Amino acid sequence: MMDAEILTRLYRGMLRIRIVEERIAELYPQQEMRCPVHLCIGQEAVAVGVCDALDRGDYVFSNHRSHGHYLAKGGDLRSMIAEIYGKATGCAQGKGGSMHLVDLDAGFLGATPIVGSTIPIGVGAAWGSALKGESRVAVVFFGDGALEEGVFHESLNFALLKKVPVIFVCENNLYSVYSPLAVRQPGERELFCIAGGHGVESHQADGNDVLAVRSLAERAVEKARGGGGPTFLEFKTYRWREHCGPNYDDDLGYRPETEFLEWKKRCPIAALRERLLEAGICSDRGIGEMESAVKSEMEAAVEFARRSPWPADTLLMGDVYAS
Amino acid sequence: MPRELKYAQAINEAIDLCMARDPSVYLMGLGVPDPKGVFGTTLGLRAKHGDRRVLDMPTSENGMTGVAVGTALAGCRPVMTHQRVDFALLALDQIVNQAAKWRYMFGGKLKVPLVVRLIVGRGWGQGPQHSQSLHSWFAHVPGLKVVMPTTPYDAKGLLISSIEDDDPVIFLEHRWLHGITGPVPEGVYRVPLGSARVMREGRDVTIAAISHMCLEALRAADTLAEDGCQAEVIDIRSLRPLDEKTVVESVRKTGRLIVAEGGWRSCGFGAEIVARAVEQAFPSLKCPPCRIALPDCPTPTSPRLAAKFYPRAAEISEAARAMLGIRETRPPVPASAPLDVPDPSFTGPF
Ligand SMILES: Cc1ncc(C[n+]2csc(CCOP(=O)(O)OP(=O)(O)O)c2C)c(N)n1
Ligand SMILES: [Mg+2]
Repeated sequence: MMDAEILTRLYRGMLRIRIVEERIAELYPQQEMRCPVHLCIGQEAVAVGVCDALDRGDYVFSNHRSHGHYLAKGGDLRSMIAEIYGKATGCAQGKGGSMHLVDLDAGFLGATPIVGSTIPIGVGAAWGSALKGESRVAVVFFGDGALEEGVFHESLNFALLKKVPVIFVCENNLYSVYSPLAVRQPGERELFCIAGGHGVESHQADGNDVLAVRSLAERAVEKARGGGGPTFLEFKTYRWREHCGPNYDDDLGYRPETEFLEWKKRCPIAALRERLLEAGICSDRGIGEMESAVKSEMEAAVEFARRSPWPADTLLMGDVYAS
Repeated sequence: MPRELKYAQAINEAIDLCMARDPSVYLMGLGVPDPKGVFGTTLGLRAKHGDRRVLDMPTSENGMTGVAVGTALAGCRPVMTHQRVDFALLALDQIVNQAAKWRYMFGGKLKVPLVVRLIVGRGWGQGPQHSQSLHSWFAHVPGLKVVMPTTPYDAKGLLISSIEDDDPVIFLEHRWLHGITGPVPEGVYRVPLGSARVMREGRDVTIAAISHMCLEALRAADTLAEDGCQAEVIDIRSLRPLDEKTVVESVRKTGRLIVAEGGWRSCGFGAEIVARAVEQAFPSLKCPPCRIALPDCPTPTSPRLAAKFYPRAAEISEAARAMLGIRETRPPVPASAPLDVPDPSFTGPF
């Protein structure tokens, strides 16, 4: 059993992502957040479990569904919300929006929505850092869809060749937009075995069990830092809401409602809450206080974003080049 | 009243007709059979033509484009669909090194009758990686044909011609056109590749425009008419082969040229049109030609910056007035509606 402090931290981390994203979903119809948002509600345990095993100086790269990764790695909440509102105070000055979060202080080097694109970049960042003699580890988060891109395989090959301190974290939520795995990949094959086929040590675990995620991540980080090279981790999980946007989309019929309800029963946050209560680590009241603290933090972030100025027109042509 | 269809429906009908007539035509792309049907352009096609010919694919743009090229060599006519131009960049090897060259580099023995449908995103924070047009890149490559229809009529007619064509065709659809409506005849008809269309006749200035910018050009022409300026609006619609005759003849008549496109200004297609006009109608030009294009920076996501990024009708009419020495007397109209959506029904996320 992990100590109470870690458990509480993990719980708080997941709860924070959940509350932030639910609030985004609530506010989105006001049409002030004018960029696509890909919510990770239901998948919080992967982000939190993995990032908890990292140091602040370690690098994280992410994809289109990046809010959870960014927050779990310690990305600044206010800058993220302001970025989604397109404001000058956003983490990318409003130039990127939800799909392009960045927070260098937190080691969150960037998220981009071209599927698979950050996988080799994460490898490169880890390798480059090692070349400089640093002991940094890099994590790249991506979905099940990214395994279909050639660049995934190219990246694993090189990472193993050079024993790069990188951890490939695949959030297998069974779908790419509305397309189930079955129409994209042969069914008789597990995703983590593909990575295994490249010779990269790979494991699979329940992505809704934050403790399972954390313990695999911890081992992978230790190995990477010790010069043992890359690890691939597959976490099965489920996206509750629509692929892109604030709503539920089960009316479209692309996935069975029973499947969704099954996964919803396995909410990573509710599961840990039960454990915390059972073990007497937290009380209902303590958890309630945690919730209201996060809620007011989020309200303050939204307030900050709303009040922040728009980017100045001169920013349009800025930062295309160094000078 | 002729029948009206949306642009997305016109695309859908073109594919449907081609698939019904020719069993070698098939349609493949991420999300093709999904409930949204690529903005409606592929809805219902699987029910009609079956899951062997209307199919989803792995997120493997490069590999699957190569697969499509291979099927084309084997006698199929693949129609590949990407929801954004940006995603097809992963397939540049197959498009540029392979599809564009197999006829030539094998001495004319092989052909690649492939259509790649690419959608240009815009608005609602599409940002740097979901909004690039890049038509100029594709049009630069010998061996590729490149078309960008503006009207529903042309969308259908050009897509049928593209599918029937024996060479690879890059077929670019602007996301803000899918919802526009226009007359579309039933049944098969063709708009030939390599023909521009005069959308509106005029004698004072030629506005040669591409894709969605044609709509802005027409709006500009309306306001210019109030100032007594008759603008001729030409829809380029086919970038390669390019119908330079229509443009050059128009410039000979008007003596003034504005090119409006949705790509970056530097090394963009607008420069090509200007070059052709200068080469062939230099003596007729009464003033230097003008390009209306995107500033040379990536697309910003913030709606505030995006509004500065995309040129609109006002920039076109201003350029025309400057050429003609007409002073703007109307007070600037403040934007009443958000500028990052084509119409109020478009509420994101895509
Ligand atoms: C190269 C590329 N192809 C297609 C897309 C369109 N797209 C955006 S997100 C997405 C789904 C990817 O699925 P997955 O990797 O499983 O991530 P999930 O959305 O399930 O988290 C797709 C296909 C893209 N952004 N980039
Ligand atoms: Mg997925």
